[in-house]
Amino acid sequence: MAGTAISGRLTGRLVWQRATLLAVTEETAGARSLAFEVPGWPGHLGGQHVDLRLTADDGYTAQRSYSMSAPAGGDLVTITVQRVDDGEVSPYLVDQLRIGDAVELRGPVGGWFVWRPTDPAPVLLVGGGSGVVPLMAMIRARRAAGSRVPFRLIYSVRTPADVLFARELRQPPIADGGLDTAWVYTREAPAGAAGLPHRITLSDLTAHGWPADLEPMCFVCGPTGFVEAVATALVDLGHPADRVKTERFGPSGS
Amino acid sequence: MALDGNTLAGPLSELFAVDVTAAVSRCAGCGQQDAVADLLVYGPDPGWVARCPGCDSVVLRIVRGPSAVWLDLHGSAALRIPL
Repeated sequence: MAGTAISGRLTGRLVWQRATLLAVTEETAGARSLAFEVPGWPGHLGGQHVDLRLTADDGYTAQRSYSMSAPAGGDLVTITVQRVDDGEVSPYLVDQLRIGDAVELRGPVGGWFVWRPTDPAPVLLVGGGSGVVPLMAMIRARRAAGSRVPFRLIYSVRTPADVLFARELRQPPIADGGLDTAWVYTREAPAGAAGLPHRITLSDLTAHGWPADLEPMCFVCGPTGFVEAVATALVDLGHPADRVKTERFGPSGS
Repeated sequence: MALDGNTLAGPLSELFAVDVTAAVSRCAGCGQQDAVADLLVYGPDPGWVARCPGCDSVVLRIVRGPSAVWLDLHGSAALRIPL
């Protein structure tokens, strides 16, 4: 399974493939998950991306890279897109694309920010906003593989209404035993939450992460400022820089 | 605000058979070594520009024309590509 994606990548150049929208899941008011059917999809690892290309009637094209939010399942490729209001591509994907519509996809791509089910090291996932998307793919890949590797997720999000994959993370299936999730709310915390809304701090990482002695693999994804702050804090806590993998996104990825 | 080198995985896959984002590049400006995935990236239009997180020098550029791709690597002193 894990090898399929890699060997598939080495046998030929990636080509753009027609992808047909099969299903939509509304995640929040501004985000939805899109499941595309892509015939002959070679499979992928949690954390990998696809490039998505839209072509207008006049030939104008726009291309973006999106993280997949679910592991490989046959010819199904699922991405989760957060609307960026002044963006060029995301409003179309979130508000207009309909079941049966086609786009072009190219992938899977990216071999850096990936979790391999064969890696026995404990895992710390730190996501800011929609940075949780590739981390969710890793959580779901762990479940699909029946892995018992201990996972911890720290999810920083503005308000409870902005939480992606809320039901699945708040009421995880039994197969997610060994995954612990901690929440950091930056603007508005739910009733009964411990502490005031705040940006993630060193003490959040100490309380909910792994000690560096356990040599975990850390994956940090979110807006650039968030990623820089968390990655710096993890290195300050003693995690070697090469065990802290990062992925940043900004408005130009919208 | 910048993206990072992870987003170059697709564009680089047009040129290379291996995943270059997992390669380590040495900046020709300051000598700092980073995974290509960790470079600061601006783009996609008019082209991709990847800068060193240490000194902000341009490490690589990719510009796609109608019939060719320009890959400018003069800011990278070396690329170590894991096999």
